[in-house]
Amino acid sequence: MIEARNIDKYFGENHVLRDVTCKFHPGKTNLIIGQSGSGKTVLMKCLVGLYEVDHGQVFYDGRNFSVMNIGQRKEIRQELGMLFQGAALFDSMNVQENVMFPLNMFTRKSAEEKLDRVNFVLKRVNLENQNKLTTSELSGGMKKRVAIARAIVMNPKYLFCDEPNSGLDPITSNLIDLLIQELTYEYGITTIVNTHDMNSVLSIGDSIEFIYQGQIWWSGSKEEILHMGNKELNDFVFGMELTKRLRK
Amino acid sequence: MLLMQRVFTRPQKGRLFWQALLFEIDQLGIDSIGIVAFISTFMGAVVAIQTAYNIDNPFIPMSMVGWTTRQSIILEFSPTVISLILAGKVGSRIASQIGTMRVTEQIDALEIMGVNSANYLILPKVVASVLINPVLIVFSMWLGIIGGWGAMLFSKLVSTHDYIHGIQIDFQAYIIFYALTKTIFFAFIISTVSGYFGYQTQGGALEVGQASTKAVVVSSIVIILFNLVLTQLLLG
Repeated sequence: MIEARNIDKYFGENHVLRDVTCKFHPGKTNLIIGQSGSGKTVLMKCLVGLYEVDHGQVFYDGRNFSVMNIGQRKEIRQELGMLFQGAALFDSMNVQENVMFPLNMFTRKSAEEKLDRVNFVLKRVNLENQNKLTTSELSGGMKKRVAIARAIVMNPKYLFCDEPNSGLDPITSNLIDLLIQELTYEYGITTIVNTHDMNSVLSIGDSIEFIYQGQIWWSGSKEEILHMGNKELNDFVFGMELTKRLRK
Repeated sequence: MLLMQRVFTRPQKGRLFWQALLFEIDQLGIDSIGIVAFISTFMGAVVAIQTAYNIDNPFIPMSMVGWTTRQSIILEFSPTVISLILAGKVGSRIASQIGTMRVTEQIDALEIMGVNSANYLILPKVVASVLINPVLIVFSMWLGIIGGWGAMLFSKLVSTHDYIHGIQIDFQAYIIFYALTKTIFFAFIISTVSGYFGYQTQGGALEVGQASTKAVVVSSIVIILFNLVLTQLLLG
């Protein structure tokens, strides 16, 4: 379980996160939702340590990440995978090299074992036999799937996904969402997904944190979210024309 | 200073470091041979022609053209001017490559994996530059002197015998040591300054361009300043 306790984050005078406290459970897809600029990505980057929190603490299964030194954080980071908004694949490497990179860096497996593992995860994300493609030859959806393969190749305990379906068509978005959910259930990963896509929320949101102006405004599940009386939440949930019509 | 502390630590995986080092030697060094060869040859020719045209005193032997070309090329042109050119070519490449990795979150991806990204990205470039730039500069010295000889051959201003005699007059190996010492300092400056500006990039494509420009400008200024200091220390 990942737990954020009383997190505050400032950028200069701008108070981006305000006393954020929330829990993310193992074996569930935990969603952080909210409008653009509400602080979702900042919260995620605080959780993984890419931003230092100004106040508060982050715990990974009871281990206080916020007070750890670089070496201790490195150990935690080898237990987590992250899918970035733009996939963040290494341009100088092909698909196989991208996915194999963490194995090359942190394991002493033989070349054959590493290749077997890479082929296994590529098959898992439906990219079998695409090993030699360069990143420029990949579509947006393929890039996301390669990034997922790279994120799970080390069998992470924690998986972070920042806007996993941004810039993708609805069908590919849905495939990516379902893939993330399947992997979460299959390996019991603590998965945290940042999104503002209501389709994702209703499709995979086991546990949802709605963030509004840097504060946790509402917590619940996909079953509850459509029936809440909270104005800010409803403005977000029923912001799309489609959801407005469904509501009527 | 904090960034440099992170850069100059033991690589996390030796085999990956050596792979990266060979890649950078190819990209930063071998890939620069063409421009170094072109500029060195023509600059050597120009130095020789200008010297030959400016010797109008019959008491000065024409072998001085070879001597002057050698001294100009080895003492200043190859180590300093070629380093300035490499600051433009290699420095902008390093800054824009690392800067692009920063703005496309590739550096964040490395950090998330537990990789010391500064060490992984910058150290092979620094080591490659320090190793390959002296080779390029020695190559530049040879081509500069050969360029001067070629110009004399075609213009018939100085005979080959006089030119070769000139480049052998009063030769001191120390000037090669001086030139290569400067080169190593300049290679270190180019790679670390450019790595720093690339790594600190924030924003998007515009900021990558700005980082690249800053890297070249600052590297060039620091090279010029160090040139004065090193010359005073080594020849003073």
